[in-house]
Amino acid sequence: MTTTYPLDVRKLIAKYGDRVVLNQIDMRVRKGTIHVILGGSGSGKSTLLKHVVGLKEPAGGEVLLLGTDIAKADEPEYEAVMARVGMLFQAGALLNSLTLHENVALPLIEKTKLPDSVIDDIVRMKLDQVSLLHAAQRFPPELSGGMKKRAALARAMALDPEILFCDEPSAGLDPITAVELDDLLIELRDRFGMTIVVVTHELASIDKIADDVTMLGKGDVLASGPLANVRKLDVPQVRAFFDRIATKSAGGGESVLHALGGSLPGEAQ
Amino acid sequence: MSAERHVMQGNLTRDRAAEVAAELADLRLTGGELTLDFREVRAIDTAGVAIIAAFVRRARENGTKLAVAGASENVARTLELFPLPNPAVIENLHVDGLLEQFADTLVKVREVGLAYLLLCADIVWFTVQAIITRTVRARDVALQMNYMGSQALGVVGLMSFLIGGVMALQGAAQLRQFGASIFIADLVGVSLTRELGPLITAIMVAGRSGSAVAAEIGTMVITEEIDALRTMGLNPTRFLIVPKTMSITVTQPLLTMFANVIAIFGGFLVAVFYLDIGPAAFFNRLREAVFLKDIITGLVKSVVFANIIVSIGALCGLRTGGGADAVGRSTTSSVVAGIFTVIVADAAFSLLFYFD
Repeated sequence: MTTTYPLDVRKLIAKYGDRVVLNQIDMRVRKGTIHVILGGSGSGKSTLLKHVVGLKEPAGGEVLLLGTDIAKADEPEYEAVMARVGMLFQAGALLNSLTLHENVALPLIEKTKLPDSVIDDIVRMKLDQVSLLHAAQRFPPELSGGMKKRAALARAMALDPEILFCDEPSAGLDPITAVELDDLLIELRDRFGMTIVVVTHELASIDKIADDVTMLGKGDVLASGPLANVRKLDVPQVRAFFDRIATKSAGGGESVLHALGGSLPGEAQ
Repeated sequence: MSAERHVMQGNLTRDRAAEVAAELADLRLTGGELTLDFREVRAIDTAGVAIIAAFVRRARENGTKLAVAGASENVARTLELFPLPNPAVIENLHVDGLLEQFADTLVKVREVGLAYLLLCADIVWFTVQAIITRTVRARDVALQMNYMGSQALGVVGLMSFLIGGVMALQGAAQLRQFGASIFIADLVGVSLTRELGPLITAIMVAGRSGSAVAAEIGTMVITEEIDALRTMGLNPTRFLIVPKTMSITVTQPLLTMFANVIAIFGGFLVAVFYLDIGPAAFFNRLREAVFLKDIITGLVKSVVFANIIVSIGALCGLRTGGGADAVGRSTTSSVVAGIFTVIVADAAFSLLFYFD
């Protein structure tokens, strides 16, 4: 029996100009799980996400999203696949010229033939789910960062997507809102069997929501698999990440004190 | 080899940077051993460390071995905090030569030209598709017509009135000398309907609406709204640009007609009050001078100019990359490229319609 994965990334190579940003990335996301892509800043997490949803064209390899090679799909194929996908952007990316209600209604109006009254009810339910019904007629610039993110999640969930991508969902949020968002993601997985791919480096969030993780180093996969297994790995970068151990990556050269032949008190010469 | 010692005189801070640098510059490096004594140093900041680091480099080049003494824990920790500046770590930015810059420009022109052709093809395709399938975004089209048309009436009207008046004044000065003042109606009527009406309106709209299109779409690129549309399976060209194209295709000829009428009215006022030409005589002459062909070619041109303005604005917006300053650059490019292309198209029309 062959297992099909909602997302199957095979030997993905991404470049900015001549610079290789992602090198031979393999990643498989199991259906109905929360898969966290983690890694330090500049490791290529967001770039990977952009390639996965077809916003960037890979320099090599392939991305099978819901069974379709996303880079080779023509416009109608791509639009059909993306209608089954939800995406939460880091800063929300709500359309500023539309109210929250209109933002959430947009994919329903464009991608379904539902009557206006049903669309209105769905929008109300989705906004209520993220506790934003009261702000339905407000425009995005009138909202706080957390509200924008929750509204964007409501929009991403509007069509009940089979797979939901979240780029740094808890970045810039206060701890309580971040936990609420994590709880919502868990609920979406448990109640609707939704597959969720989250890019984050928030350890607390990873521990709470992740079933599987893929950890990126400098553009390559350091570790991949169930969170519990990855946490046990004896790979220095993985250990440093989960145990929050500083690795002096900045500078790293000889200090001025040592160049002067000195040392700190208590430090061996 | 003699071991020398130098006691640093006072704090190593930004406000004493010049004195510290001078103090160290005066030290003679003999290639032996030199101990820097920090017992008098109570405070040190980044500027102080940088001066010490420069001294370390000089000493190493000279083969002098350095040692440190008398440093308080605070001073020692600050010296420990910073690595010696390492020039090799900094990426060397490559500056292209003239030939490379020229070649890059050619490649970019080709790339932009191709992107423009593809965008125009998309706009035509999605516009035809929307009309055939009756999926025109009527609300968006109406909103854009209001912005690109109704709200532009004031500025286009004022500008046209002044241009009509100025043209009549300038023409009158010449025509009067030959007793041919009545031909002011020919001058104003023909030049405005054929040429200046569509052109001036297009230039005004390029500055007003073309820049707005570039700024709106450019900002949407920066805030990932365009990406969001794509991930919702909504094509940004169909969703954003086609309604603008449809609305400007309707409003531009109307604006041009409005500009023609107001400009001729400006010329008429000059003719009546400055040249003492009777209103009836002016309008009779105007009717004889201006043909329907002139008006229609002017309106055809205005439709083409309108589509050039929107498509260039959209292209500049979609190609926005970077931060807020990039939106400013896109907006400027849209106005410059829009006006330039409109004038080139106008020259082509002149050859097509009036060159026998």
